[in-house]
Amino acid sequence: MNIHEYQGKGILKQFGVAVPKGIVAFSAEEAKQAAEQLFEEQSSPVVVVKAQIHAGGRGKAGGVKLAKSPEEVFEVAQKMLGATLVTHQTGPEGKEVRRLLVEEGMNIDKEFYLGITLDRATSSNVLMVSTEGGMEIEKVAEETPEKLLKIHVDPVYGLQGFQAREAAFFLGLKGEQFRNGVKFIEALYKAYTTIDASLAEINPLVITKEGRVLALDAKINFDDNALYRHQDFHELRDITEEDPLEYEASKSNLNYVRLDGNVGCMVNGAGLAMGTMDLIQLSGGRPANFLDVGGGASPKTVEEGFKIILGDKNVKAILVNIFGGIVRCDRVAGGVIEAAKNIGLTVPVIVRLEGTNATEAQKMLDESGLNLISAKGLRDAAEKVQKALAMA
Amino acid sequence: MSVLVNKDTRLVVQGITGGEGTFHTSQILEYGTNVVAGVTPGKGGILYNGNEKDQFCRPVPVFDTVQDAVDKAEANATVIFVPAPFAADAIMEAAAAGLKVIICITEGIPVNDMMKAYSYVQEKGAVLVGPNCPGVITPGEAKVGIMPGFIHKKGTIGVVSRSGTLTYEAVHQLTEVGLGQSTCIGIGGDPIIGTRFLDAVKMFAKDDETEGLVMIGEIGGTAEEEAAEYIKKYFKKPVVGFIAGRTAPPGRRMGHAGAIVSGGKGTADEKIKAMEAAGIHVVENPADLGITMLKALGRA
Repeated sequence: MNIHEYQGKGILKQFGVAVPKGIVAFSAEEAKQAAEQLFEEQSSPVVVVKAQIHAGGRGKAGGVKLAKSPEEVFEVAQKMLGATLVTHQTGPEGKEVRRLLVEEGMNIDKEFYLGITLDRATSSNVLMVSTEGGMEIEKVAEETPEKLLKIHVDPVYGLQGFQAREAAFFLGLKGEQFRNGVKFIEALYKAYTTIDASLAEINPLVITKEGRVLALDAKINFDDNALYRHQDFHELRDITEEDPLEYEASKSNLNYVRLDGNVGCMVNGAGLAMGTMDLIQLSGGRPANFLDVGGGASPKTVEEGFKIILGDKNVKAILVNIFGGIVRCDRVAGGVIEAAKNIGLTVPVIVRLEGTNATEAQKMLDESGLNLISAKGLRDAAEKVQKALAMA
Repeated sequence: MSVLVNKDTRLVVQGITGGEGTFHTSQILEYGTNVVAGVTPGKGGILYNGNEKDQFCRPVPVFDTVQDAVDKAEANATVIFVPAPFAADAIMEAAAAGLKVIICITEGIPVNDMMKAYSYVQEKGAVLVGPNCPGVITPGEAKVGIMPGFIHKKGTIGVVSRSGTLTYEAVHQLTEVGLGQSTCIGIGGDPIIGTRFLDAVKMFAKDDETEGLVMIGEIGGTAEEEAAEYIKKYFKKPVVGFIAGRTAPPGRRMGHAGAIVSGGKGTADEKIKAMEAAGIHVVENPADLGITMLKALGRA
């Protein structure tokens, strides 16, 4: 699950991670009021208005603006709210801005990078610091690896003081800045593990001329497997940031990812689902989605799956690929036929079932009188998809 | 020989009385695997016969702890069906009891829990397979997992894969072209797994019965590249490979918690390149796995 910057900062603050004073605003009027409050409390002559969308690269796209008065904040907010931001992470369609974060201005001395994430190669968390604040960290790792320090943290013992100090020294911090930096790193690690995050990225981490160390931006992702431990995080979900079909699918517990192709697919198992997407590409189509309906492929999930796939108007054909295994194919075929009848299929559906009673299942599909085409094996399935596309 | 499990396997099923545990134990028993015990804390002392829906072909004694299963029933391997919030604990309990082969089927274990369990298992010197995997099968000897037994055939091809159903696909194709399997290992789709491709490849390298290897990877992480590096230098048997997810967009998780291209790393193309450089016969179409192995062995 992804959350907004202001939500991430709100959580981090509870763990003692220093963040700028900020107020979320859903309208230009709210933004103005927030600015009035901030100008009263802060010494800086500016506040920052930041578009809240689930994507990075906002600054370059015009989603971060400075303002010198509440009136100016009002103007900026009016322009920003409702506008569509296109960044390198949003895709060409962009994302509509519906929330703003109004934040105190900073007397920035230096900008750094600080991140914590899982390192799969060592099965442990890795703390990363870099002197190149505001840069994409992958680029830093590739082009100037000497400017990036990675510290692996033993999952049993957690982050140690010497490791936090090593990171702060690497950034060249001294005196007050050093003390605040170490405190910041330790608090961030504590937050990361306590909330079961899968990523905590502070980019940039800023050092002010007064010696403060703060998170100017914060990106927090959660480990979805651990969300059951954090029921209160569910309310942080912003469904307007999600694809409507993906949201529908998640309500039925279906694992669906929308893509931009023309052939929908419904598969049991994630690996086979990816393999099926690749197969569609090889047969001259483009996959319209990833959809794993789980091992059982019950009639109910199949029906839900069809509904979701057909909700995407680009879909010209559907490939159902179920490796029956322990579930019998005739049962799955029965479910597919039932679902097809209930929904009323508008596009050809190629069904490949493998496993026990596969032949009976094929017969059932072919004799159903519905727009169902049975296939034997992956190659045959691919050929039939190709044929269906040619006729569409 | 074979890898990890065989006719000498004395299996304990952790979480045997739960829905999943009961159903799959009935299948495991039917396959002929030597299940010697089950563990459900608080239900120790009963002889479990399955439930109304899934009857066992013979009863299995249930113990409160894995240690009891080891002491009293001489279990030497475990398969775990314990629900995700308690599964990491179950893995550690198995390792603490001295079991050296721990196969965890459970999906959805929090990364934080798994990191600790992984570290613990390493310290105890046990082999963990999974989590979030179909398990391990040595056809004709022992099925320790949720794969459909009947598609397998005893033979000489090893299979290692991050996916469940895609593994069945590969096995099915191998069996159809007349190639049986020595052992098939589903290593699992999570970012932290006990047995990685490299570990599995090393096991198959040492197994005299294995003549060739099918390796099925997917996007995310760099475990395929790691294994390819080893194969290039040391693995002398033919390897056929496939990487799922060529068409998956970056930054999106494809079902498996570990199947994600992040920061430009873990793409299918990178993996395919590394595997081809290691002399692995990488197929573009997953329909070609079986036939390509036949060719690689010079039997087509």
